Amino acid sequence: MTAPRTLYDKIWDDHVVHQAEDGTCLLYIDRHLVHEVTSPQAFEGLRMTGRRVRAPEKTIAVPDHNVPTTLDRANAATMTEDSRVQVEALDKNARDFGINYYPVSDVRQGIVHIVGPEQGWTLPGMTVVCGDSHTATHGAFGALAHGIGTSEVEHVLATQTLIQRKGRNMKVEITGSLMPGVTAKDITLSVIGATGTAGGTGYVIEYCGQAIRELSMEGRMTVCNMAIEGGARAGLIAPDETTFAYCMGRPHAPKGAKWEAAVAYWKTLFSDEGAHWDKVVTLKGEDIAPVVTWGTSPEDVLPISGVVPAPSDFIGGKVEAAQRSLDYMGLTPGMKLTDIAIDTVFIGSCTNGRIEDLRAAAAILKGKKIAVKRAMVVPGSGLVRAQAEEEGLAQIFIDAGFEWRLAGCSMCLAMNPDQLQPGERCAATSNRNFEGRQGRGGRTHLLSPAMAAAAAITGHLTDVREMMSQTA
Amino acid sequence: MTPFTTLTGIAAPMPLVNIDTDMIIPKQFLKTIQRSGLGKNLFDEMRYTQDGAEIPGFVLNQPAYRHAEILIAGDNFGCGSSREHAPWALLDFGIRCVISTSFADIFYNNCFKNGILPIVLPQDVVDVLMADAQKGANARVTVDLAAQTVTTSDGQSFAFDLDSHRKHCLLNGLDDIGLTLEKAAAIDSYEAKATMTRPWV
Repeated sequence: MTAPRTLYDKIWDDHVVHQAEDGTCLLYIDRHLVHEVTSPQAFEGLRMTGRRVRAPEKTIAVPDHNVPTTLDRANAATMTEDSRVQVEALDKNARDFGINYYPVSDVRQGIVHIVGPEQGWTLPGMTVVCGDSHTATHGAFGALAHGIGTSEVEHVLATQTLIQRKGRNMKVEITGSLMPGVTAKDITLSVIGATGTAGGTGYVIEYCGQAIRELSMEGRMTVCNMAIEGGARAGLIAPDETTFAYCMGRPHAPKGAKWEAAVAYWKTLFSDEGAHWDKVVTLKGEDIAPVVTWGTSPEDVLPISGVVPAPSDFIGGKVEAAQRSLDYMGLTPGMKLTDIAIDTVFIGSCTNGRIEDLRAAAAILKGKKIAVKRAMVVPGSGLVRAQAEEEGLAQIFIDAGFEWRLAGCSMCLAMNPDQLQPGERCAATSNRNFEGRQGRGGRTHLLSPAMAAAAAITGHLTDVREMMSQTA
Repeated sequence: MTPFTTLTGIAAPMPLVNIDTDMIIPKQFLKTIQRSGLGKNLFDEMRYTQDGAEIPGFVLNQPAYRHAEILIAGDNFGCGSSREHAPWALLDFGIRCVISTSFADIFYNNCFKNGILPIVLPQDVVDVLMADAQKGANARVTVDLAAQTVTTSDGQSFAFDLDSHRKHCLLNGLDDIGLTLEKAAAIDSYEAKATMTRPWV
């Protein structure tokens, strides 16, 4: 009898190539996703040492961070010189090293963490890495997925392995069901609010409980995507029928007998009864409200019914950090969150740029007009964009006054021309509200797509539940 | 990679908690295809005004800390993105050691790939080091990797923990890829086995 194991333990055990006496492991990597910003130095390293990509068939590249999202982006002049150099370097590296590639001109192009699952590259039980911290997204499939630095990108390209030490096991259970108007984004932000941005450091989180089981794959990806914002390198959700149904028929998912064998294996991927957890956090699904962030750390989360806190509400180093956040955000303690006026609304990103996110926002926006200075929807991939057009969602956004963009990371990190101006205040469905994240001096409030849509209509942060009762 | 053995240098205090990688190196500087040259933009938005003038109050702009080689930082240093440009920028500026109560995982890992030593110490010790760093350029801290100690300017010494593999690689400036390629046979046999047991991968 083997001792009871967690899902993380099982995936880890199945990927150990070599274990040194001090516990350092060489871990096999099943899928390596690559984008243009964190890979050029890694490919250059291969060239300088005469090394090849060990498993090009398991390596998938797509440009996403830098690419313009305006409709005229086929014109190279829409990109700045340095951005263009990075995208062209990826074009060349993909060609030279023979890896799978979705160029800007391909309808399947999009944010790497949306393209991977969409094309069936991401499957349960795999190890998935990418030179991007939001690789945690793929954990929604019960894959061990995390971000790596550029030196590790080069290591994986050359060896298809990573040198790793095993993390600890953390269980985050969301019991019961979510109330109407509450979404996966509210779960993941609420967990970070409860644990802090360093609460998951050194851990791999497994999200479980009824509220997680009731989420679609899109919602599960939103939850796991922000595991890194809680400090955990990876978040996991055990695969189930919802997972299998999502994977079935995807271009790179197995077919026929291989599919049957895969599902049989995937059904063994769950945490055993009696498995050891180093840390357990439990939230009641019913208690989770639609939330927003007020500060410059993703842990600065409050229910929309709350007020801006005072630095004196905190202890230790957070007192100074809270004061700095309030100054940066231009907010006064005691102010109602719903009184915060919004200039700009951004719907998109690897956190919330999938079809379900666009449906949720469109459901609120239907027949309404925006009351903010600008609003944009940036679909997570060309295929999400096409599907949203087919479902009539694009027209709802356009009629409401949103810009309907092409796929990319866009204003989530503002590496392309989609940026906030100093002092501009944005309701964003992305994942980070750091100082300068969306543009120098820009002020970010993180929230769900439905909440972003509600803010777009009223011009200030708004409890989407009030809007739902209006339309009901 | 340059080996890290001992380092005696000026320590700059940055007590702010949750210093994220966007603060360390803002995204507009990630468009490079090189590893070098990022030092001038380290902490760019905290260090310079929008028109490029130095902000005198920022620690690394103060005469005492312009040549700092060590940072004493608040909790959860390096949180946020996986950008290795953060340690590249620190290194290019001349910082080879960061001391805090905790680091974000990916940043912590990235440091070792670049010859930077991140040291985790308890709050009371970091408080002592922070106070020492606040004395300015005369307060030089010594870090001895082999002995795993940090010693303040007035001779107080503190031991720190570090995993043996990382210590070995840092002390000897070893290239991980070269080490791993020595295990190519193990990777080959893993792949052969995995192709049988999980042929869909």
